[in-house]
Amino acid sequence: MRFASAGTFESNDCLITVQEDTQITIEIQSIVYDQFKDQIEKVIRDALSELNITNLYVDCNDKGALDYAIKARLLTAIKRMSDQHA
Amino acid sequence: MNNSLNRPVPLGMMPYQGADHFKTTKIRTMLPEVLTKNSEKSINNIASLFDLIPIVDGMTLSFHHHLRNGDAVLNMVAEEIKKRNLKNMTLAPSAIFPIHAPLVELIKNKNVTQIITNYMNGPVADIISQGYMENLVIMDTHGGRPRAIESGELKIDVAFIAVPNSDRLGNGNGIYGKNACGSLGYIIADMKYAKHKVVITDSISKDINPIEIEAKYIDYVIEVDSIGDISGIVSGTTKPTKDPVQLKIAKDTVELIEELGYLKENMSFQTGAGGTSLAVADELKKRMIKKHIKGSFASGGITSYLVQMHENGLFKHLYDVQCFDHEAISSLSRNINHHLMSASKYANPFEIKPMVNDLDVVILGATEIDLDFNVNVTTDSHGKIIGGSGGHADTAYGSKLCIITTNLVKSRTSMIKNHVTTITTPGQTIDCLVTERGIAINPLRVDLLNHLKNTKLNIVPISSLLEKAYQMTGVPNELQKSDHIIGVVRYRDGSIIDSIYLIGDHEL
Amino acid sequence: MRRSLLFIPANSPAMLQNADVFASDSVIFDLEDAVVLSEKDAALSLVNEYLKKFEFDNLEIIIRINGLDTLLSKNELDTIVNDKIDTVMLPKATYETTLQLSKMLEKIEKQKKLTKKIGIIPIIELAKSVIEVNQIASVRGVTGLLLGGEDLATDLEVERTEQGLEILLSRSMVVLAAKANQIDAIDTPYTQTQNDEGLLKDTLFAKSLGMSAKVCIHPNQIETINQVFSPNEDEIAYAEKILNAVSQNMNNHKGAFSVDGKMIDKPIIERAQKLLEKAKKWKL
Repeated sequence: MRFASAGTFESNDCLITVQEDTQITIEIQSIVYDQFKDQIEKVIRDALSELNITNLYVDCNDKGALDYAIKARLLTAIKRMSDQHA
Repeated sequence: MNNSLNRPVPLGMMPYQGADHFKTTKIRTMLPEVLTKNSEKSINNIASLFDLIPIVDGMTLSFHHHLRNGDAVLNMVAEEIKKRNLKNMTLAPSAIFPIHAPLVELIKNKNVTQIITNYMNGPVADIISQGYMENLVIMDTHGGRPRAIESGELKIDVAFIAVPNSDRLGNGNGIYGKNACGSLGYIIADMKYAKHKVVITDSISKDINPIEIEAKYIDYVIEVDSIGDISGIVSGTTKPTKDPVQLKIAKDTVELIEELGYLKENMSFQTGAGGTSLAVADELKKRMIKKHIKGSFASGGITSYLVQMHENGLFKHLYDVQCFDHEAISSLSRNINHHLMSASKYANPFEIKPMVNDLDVVILGATEIDLDFNVNVTTDSHGKIIGGSGGHADTAYGSKLCIITTNLVKSRTSMIKNHVTTITTPGQTIDCLVTERGIAINPLRVDLLNHLKNTKLNIVPISSLLEKAYQMTGVPNELQKSDHIIGVVRYRDGSIIDSIYLIGDHEL
Repeated sequence: MRRSLLFIPANSPAMLQNADVFASDSVIFDLEDAVVLSEKDAALSLVNEYLKKFEFDNLEIIIRINGLDTLLSKNELDTIVNDKIDTVMLPKATYETTLQLSKMLEKIEKQKKLTKKIGIIPIIELAKSVIEVNQIASVRGVTGLLLGGEDLATDLEVERTEQGLEILLSRSMVVLAAKANQIDAIDTPYTQTQNDEGLLKDTLFAKSLGMSAKVCIHPNQIETINQVFSPNEDEIAYAEKILNAVSQNMNNHKGAFSVDGKMIDKPIIERAQKLLEKAKKWKL
């Protein structure tokens, strides 16, 4: 099964892992889970929607990354996964 | 019922009514000092002491925290409490560190049902936050603790005084000995007013000079192998930070001090022991040298940094309530103008002239600060106890200029909030906030704002800093707060400034 | 008009987020040496998303792309060149690659209908580049030249030293080409980040050769570099004096005139104007 990840465990960053799936599944672990879990999920969903992706498993292990970093890491992980085919 | 800052206060406790309210009472309640009647003081061990007094259920035992995370004494006494299965003990150590983890079991088993302290973090703080302790934890300030002791509000049955260097009569100091820790300022009130006083030492000698602990108060002297571990005594880092963001904050802080007119001959100054605090001291030093300014004194917790400034003639005197590293300790032995200071003389609001009232500038930290400039150094944003006032509320009150330094945002968390989770220090005593993205001045200080009319510093309203933070992080979900109170923050005058709540799902 | 340019590794969110906290005139988001090959895709995406979200006040945004000889640079340019950035920094620049970049940027500016002209800072870090430096400086869009002392020393097969004799001629040629083409001469970084005295010495030396700016590889270097390359109070006062005399002189219809016994001609007036422009920009 194809999967890929991007990002790091450094402060202010997150590690995003994506994997093929039959639907959209999002799992989040975050040091600011109580404060920002909803926001993090929204960023991920919006990005997937922008790319017209309807099936993907996304795991986000977050150490306080801001929205732009979450989006960037997700985009990179998705690109890496799709490049694997080539 | 709510206090004047609109925070709930448990029934029966005195609500906070403003930082100056204590001035209206004008009466300093003081018990008579308790002098010893013993001449034969040597006791073999702690077990014998427990038999002798005797130490029984329900008593209040006190300790100082000058051995910090290297302390062995509190644990020795805890061990004895556990062995005898004493119940409902109250412990009043001036602070609790991770090394005191053995207390966790005692709290869970109700051997210890109350703790009164100025600062705590680690496993003990965690389980108290989780609601395991039977009675409300009371968190005092460094100045409020001696107030409570001398007035009888905190009645101590046995004060355990760890003394690095003692004679057989109980004269002692913390400057010499196997495990020297420097000033013993936090235990002086206990020494004077507790019912029974016990010196615990690991270095007996004959000629005690200076005498900080006085034999006339001491009932018993116990010699043990070791009162603590010297490597744990040193408090974290005592070197200035190299982090460029912290350095920017430090530089801006000193620039602010100068522009506000507080960088002047005979200035007095206090700062903490953390990396940023020392970076401020470093920057201040450079500027004082450049402008040929000699300060009158530096005070509080003393670090090697302040010792160097003193020895280079930048501060005439050092007033020491606590030593943070070995340089500070050895300075006490060779610098005649490095003075020992009791917690009461340092910060007790009822002292005639507490040191904090002579302080020009103090630099403090914060875990949170709100739009009213109230500061939290007691809990994290979830409400878990991770510290305590220490001297924060006292120095903020007494100083002419109180500056909080902090990053604006740390790991997606804004340091500025609409309302702090727990109020440790009231906003009316906080003057400035310096972050890497701007400086906010308390609107109450119109005089300061006037000074800054033509400044190049980035002065902004605190609300715009909060906005900036939320622009970066997004607006966080409100954290769920329990309404089960597990403790109180007791302001320096004895009133309750805020309550501390249960965290986690643990229900008792 | 820059004094200090701070290198920021493009793949570190923590560092990107602090880019505008420091007092440098420019920041260089580095996609090249600061990022390992396997992470260059992540870095590009990160900087791109970062720039979409953040606004900058009075700060030049520079991107150091990978060399045009790599497969990465074209994608980097296509992705990142837009109104949010000001300048592209080109490693291992030669006349050929600088010209190529200039043409690529022109194309992208047209395609994306940009409202500004994207500047170029070629890095002079090959012997060949030093020889061609004047041609490089004259390429359309070039707004400054950066001397890359460390890599240049490698290309010259010499040791890089504190004194810098091995790069002295190169430094001077960068200055000459920059001045001849009226662009910034930017000095190579001082690599001992803990050595404040050494930094000051090196920066003063660069200034004395004619450099007008220096790159910073650590924020702690910014203050010193800004100070050295900023006009001081006396210089500002003198420049103001000259311009006052100019406006007085216009009323008197005199030809040449003097200030403090010195003849003031057109170049001196222009220098004074430029200096005051700098003072204004840097809020001195």
